[in-house]
Amino acid sequence: MERKEGKMARRLKAPLKKEDIKDVRAGDPVLISGLIYTARDAAHKRLVEMLEKNQALPFPLEEAVIYYAGPTPAKPGQPIGSAGPTTSYRMDPYAPRLLDLGLSAMIGKGQRSDQVKEAIRRNGGVYLGAIGGAGALIAGTVKRAWIVAFEDLGPEAIRALEVEDFPATVVIDSQGNDLYEIGRKRYLDSLSL
Amino acid sequence: MRQIDVSQVSRALAEMAVEANCYLGEDVCGAIARCRKEETWPSAKDTLEKLEKNIALAAERQMPLCQDTGMACVFMEVGQEVHFTGGSLEEAIHQGVREGYKNGFLRKSVVADPIRRGNTGDNTPAHIHYEIVPGDKVKIVFAPKGFGSENMSQIRMFPPAAGLQGVKDFILRTVEEAGANPCPPIVVGVGIGGTFDRAALMAKQALLEPLGTHHPDPYYRAVEEELLERINGLGIGPQGFGGRTTALGVRIKTFPTHIAGMPVAVNINCHVSRHKERIL
Repeated sequence: MERKEGKMARRLKAPLKKEDIKDVRAGDPVLISGLIYTARDAAHKRLVEMLEKNQALPFPLEEAVIYYAGPTPAKPGQPIGSAGPTTSYRMDPYAPRLLDLGLSAMIGKGQRSDQVKEAIRRNGGVYLGAIGGAGALIAGTVKRAWIVAFEDLGPEAIRALEVEDFPATVVIDSQGNDLYEIGRKRYLDSLSL
Repeated sequence: MRQIDVSQVSRALAEMAVEANCYLGEDVCGAIARCRKEETWPSAKDTLEKLEKNIALAAERQMPLCQDTGMACVFMEVGQEVHFTGGSLEEAIHQGVREGYKNGFLRKSVVADPIRRGNTGDNTPAHIHYEIVPGDKVKIVFAPKGFGSENMSQIRMFPPAAGLQGVKDFILRTVEEAGANPCPPIVVGVGIGGTFDRAALMAKQALLEPLGTHHPDPYYRAVEEELLERINGLGIGPQGFGGRTTALGVRIKTFPTHIAGMPVAVNINCHVSRHKERIL
C-alpha cells in the first residue's frame, strides 16, 4: 500500500476479483495494475449488438475492467498517446447489462444513472473516476497497448492496456455510495463548521 | 489589395493545432495555480496539483493535454483589403487541420454524419466562422473543443420578463446539472441577446477571451463576478469530488435583441480551455 492523498491507496489487480473491491469505499484512492480494456460509445453499441446475436465478445467480461477512453495516437516508440477518461453517462444504457454478465469495474468520469448504480450494487461492482483532462499524466501508467477489436472505429476501437499503478478514485462503491454526492456535501458541511 | 496565399493559412493552422493541444495558455495556467493556492479542501488541492503536473508533462513531451483534442473550431477575422490566392480558403483551412492532426498525433474525433456516424479519419471538417473586418490583416483563432464539456452546454429562449434573475438562475442551473461531467474546474461562456444562433456563437466566443478579462460594461462585469462567486459556492469542486474550485472564470458577451425575446446560451469548457491566435 502506498500513502496517497492523505489516505492509503489500495492496490488493485486487473482483471479484478469482486472480493478485492467489496471493502473499498467511495472516496478511496486506488492504484490499478494489470490488464484493462478501453471501450467507449461506438464499441459499447457493438458489444451489446454482439450479445443480442449470441456472439462471443472480443475479450472476457468476467472480472473485466473497462476504461471509458479513446486515446490519441501513440508517437513512435511510445505505447500510447494521451489517455484520460471520457464522460461515463453516455455508456449508461449499456453498463447494467455488462455488469450483470460479470464486469467488475468501469473507469471514467462524471455521474451515473440510478440504473447503473443499482446494477453496481446488485453485482458487487465498482465505478472508478480517473482525472478528466489529465491525459498526459495518465499515459505514463500505460506500459503496453494493442487493439483487440473494432479497428475500423479508430479512436473508439477496443484496446487492451497493460497498466501499472493507474491512479483512480472510488466514485460509486459496491454499496451504492456516490462520491459526487458525499464529497460535495462534506465540503459544504465543512464551511458551516 | 493585399494578396495572401491560402497555403499560409494551412501552415498556420497545422502549427496552431499542435500548439493549442499541447501547450495551455498562460491565463489558464495562472488561474489554476491561483485556485490551487486558495483552495482549502485537501482533496481538491491535490486534484489541482495533478492538473498542473499534467500541464507541465504535456509541454515537456509535446503531448496532448487531453486525449479529446476536440472538434476544430476556426474563427477567421478577414480584413476587407485582403485577397486570397492559390485556391479555396475553405479547403486550405480543412487542409491545415488535417495536417496538424495527422503530424501532431492528435485524435481524430469527427464523424461524417451525426446519426449514421463513421469517423472521417482526419478530424475534418473544421467548424469555421468568418467575419469581415476593416484592414488588410487576417486573424486566425484556433480553438479545439472537447465534447465532454460541449455536451453540458445549454441554450434557452427566455421571455423578457424573466429578467436578470432568470438569466442568472439558468446559468447556475446549467453548471449545477453539469456537475462532474465537463471536467471541472470549468470555464463558463455566456451569450445573451441577438438571435438563437447569435447567442450560441457569443457563448463560444466568450470562451476565447483571456481569463481575467471582463465585459466592458460594468453592469455585466458585476454579473460575471457574482456568478463566478456563486458557482464556486456550489461545492462541486475539481472533478466533482467536492471543493471550492468549480469554475476558473465566467465571461459574458451581449448583443441587442428583439422586443419579444431574451436568448441565453451557456457554453461550457473544461479546465483544458484551449485557444491560439495568429495574425497574418
